[in-house]
Amino acid sequence: MFYREAGQYSTSYGQDRQLLTLRQDRLGMIVLLAVGFVGLPLFASDYWLSAILIPWLVLALVALGQNILMGYAGQLSLGSAGFMAAGAFACYNLMLRVPGIPFPVAVLLSGLIAAVVGIVFGLPSLRIRGLYLAVATLASQFFIVWALDKFGWFKNYDTSGIINAQTIVIFGQTMSTPSQKYLVVLVIVGVLTLLAANMARGSTGRSWRAVRDMDVAAEAMGMSLLRTKLQAFAISSFYCGVGGALFLFAYLQTAEPAAFSIELSFRILFMVIIGGLGTILGAFLGSGFILLLPIFLNMGFHAILGKNVDATIASALEQVIFGVLIIIFLIFEPLGLARLWQVTKERLRLWPFKY
Amino acid sequence: MSDKAIRGLIVRGLIAAGIVLSAAAPSAVMAQEQYFGIPSSRVGPFSAMGTGYYGGIIDYLNYVNIKFGGVNGVKLTWEECETEYNAARTVECYQRLLTKGDQKMVVFDTLGTPGAYAVIGRMEPDNVVLAQYGYGRTDAADGTVWPWVFNAAGHYWGQVAVQLSFMAQQEGGIEKMKGKTVVHLHIDSAFGREPLPAMREITKQWGIKLIEIAVPPPGLEQQSQWLQIRREKADWVTFWGAGSGMNSTAITNAARVGFPRNRMVYVSFGGAEEDMVPAGDAAKGTYVTANAIPGKFPLIQDIEKVVYGAGKGNMQNPERVGTVYYNRGVGAAVTWVEALKNAQRIHKKAGKTVTGPEFRDGYEALDLTDAKLKEIGIQGMSAPFKMSCSKHDGSERFRVMQWDGSKFALVTDWMPAPDPVFIRKLIEESAAKFAAENKVTPRKCT
Repeated sequence: MFYREAGQYSTSYGQDRQLLTLRQDRLGMIVLLAVGFVGLPLFASDYWLSAILIPWLVLALVALGQNILMGYAGQLSLGSAGFMAAGAFACYNLMLRVPGIPFPVAVLLSGLIAAVVGIVFGLPSLRIRGLYLAVATLASQFFIVWALDKFGWFKNYDTSGIINAQTIVIFGQTMSTPSQKYLVVLVIVGVLTLLAANMARGSTGRSWRAVRDMDVAAEAMGMSLLRTKLQAFAISSFYCGVGGALFLFAYLQTAEPAAFSIELSFRILFMVIIGGLGTILGAFLGSGFILLLPIFLNMGFHAILGKNVDATIASALEQVIFGVLIIIFLIFEPLGLARLWQVTKERLRLWPFKY
Repeated sequence: MSDKAIRGLIVRGLIAAGIVLSAAAPSAVMAQEQYFGIPSSRVGPFSAMGTGYYGGIIDYLNYVNIKFGGVNGVKLTWEECETEYNAARTVECYQRLLTKGDQKMVVFDTLGTPGAYAVIGRMEPDNVVLAQYGYGRTDAADGTVWPWVFNAAGHYWGQVAVQLSFMAQQEGGIEKMKGKTVVHLHIDSAFGREPLPAMREITKQWGIKLIEIAVPPPGLEQQSQWLQIRREKADWVTFWGAGSGMNSTAITNAARVGFPRNRMVYVSFGGAEEDMVPAGDAAKGTYVTANAIPGKFPLIQDIEKVVYGAGKGNMQNPERVGTVYYNRGVGAAVTWVEALKNAQRIHKKAGKTVTGPEFRDGYEALDLTDAKLKEIGIQGMSAPFKMSCSKHDGSERFRVMQWDGSKFALVTDWMPAPDPVFIRKLIEESAAKFAAENKVTPRKCT
């Protein structure tokens, strides 16, 4: 009933090829964008903007990068936090050492630097696949963080090995309040998501999927494995690099290389798996699940139990519930949260009938 | 997935959302309350530290409420948030705890250098005091550059200087240290590297060969590092570990390669009962520098009577009351409450809630003399100290303790750094460098 496509005809090729073909989807997207760009900056509290929405969007962007590599191109990688670190430190150094560089340019360049690093560490993918590749990409994770730790230049020889993000200035306007930073993040994430959605459904995405499903067949059909795989690595690391720069500049503000540890890489991997491999929406849902659920559980427990229950038990319980929820989701919907949304949409189409 | 299951999911989702929203909604707060935010770390590898320290803080706040009815009638309230000792989660907790109803947090204590670094830039704009009780950014001891950050229970530069001074004492004088090899074995994080600037300078002056060895977090794998220590024939090891797992692993590894434990000096944050006990007999002889001494001081006994007697104790295991981490937490809470008293006095707001800037003034006016500590009931538990506008570090003194297999024995009295003027110079240089890089104009202290 809600998702009936009856009566909606495409009368031109352009209409047939648009991103959201259903009127309901388009309306929904308009509402979502209106809420995101106008409603939230106006009405959400600083806490929600700076501690929930910004990290969620940033990590969703990184998960999107990981999803391009893992979900679309089928290259299992564990280096996303390393590429984030590359992007974050690149952005810091660009802002520090290039006088008068505009923030958007610095972010773009740091994404490109991360992409170059990604290509270098993507080279093994031409020889090895699957789990073995995952182990090989671990090298990027450890090497990048080690190099940033080892060479003081990256941190401008700070005595504690910490970098402080410079203030974000765009067109002479200082972006320092949570809502301003949120808007910066939202614009960048929005543009890159649109790009990713278009890449994924175009010829680029088709070649990724061909390589994912069977690389020998893809090669036999005349696709260059070198080009496709390295392209996926480059684009994925670009997204991770931009995400890392935003994570530092819009969220953490101060960071050490250890902030981009293997643990973060794993969390991003889980976001992609829980959200749904090979989907754009999944990156957003997955990062919401992995990042925000523990926070909401913590808030909920403190609100319900208050000080009646030992906080140590409450904290442990939160982790137990979080773990159980992950297992439940993986059992009931192994294809991820994005698939759950798709199923819901199909049901809404038929509602109130069963079929 | 059946219809029923989906409906169930939706219903459950709505309930969860409701809970979250009600948690986030501001609740009305009565006046005459002072609100504290407590970013505890109760799970994960740092849980021993987090439960003891924040348990001590909460117990003392409770104690002040029960015994004295608050501070001049102002009830102390608090809200907890779980950080898991993770910098990103600490930022989230900081933002969540920042306001509660119409009250604003006045002091933040992350009990961890990574967390402190993650929020340090937010203190000045938000008007919150960062009370680094014996950890954190060292050059914040320069109050002209860092008006909102304090190191009340000493910092790592002072602490490593005390450790080197203790070694010299054991060897029979600073001149005997010449040519000795000291290994700084540390977790590879801001916390582990924090003492290095001071350590490099002092070892150079004294003619010590300093070897820095990093252990990647979480630090449970130290075999190769200890083999390297043996190969280098180290005379002493300063150990900067995080979490009881890493700390006890170091001892067992030292025992395996035959490195004497009474040549290892642990940092205050790795030197508690919870770090020694898991290593069993191997831990015997390990030295620890402490800024809070374990033991049942009069105040601790009174807390047991008043708070635990009323069944309101925060420690799951009451046996841990009076241990190193617990007492350190009590010490930290004492500085909060004393700062609050000062703030009420200075700004003539006795019996009223104070704001962040007022609390900051109170914290800066802290003067915990020996007599004052005695009055509170913790004489001897921590060293007396006095802050000032420019000097934001507390007593730069530590006590060396030695684990005797079941408890800590005190080895020295409160020891100052061998050359406090030199440490101060390093601090001011580093703070000036920070100020220049970040375009901070140091304030004038008259």
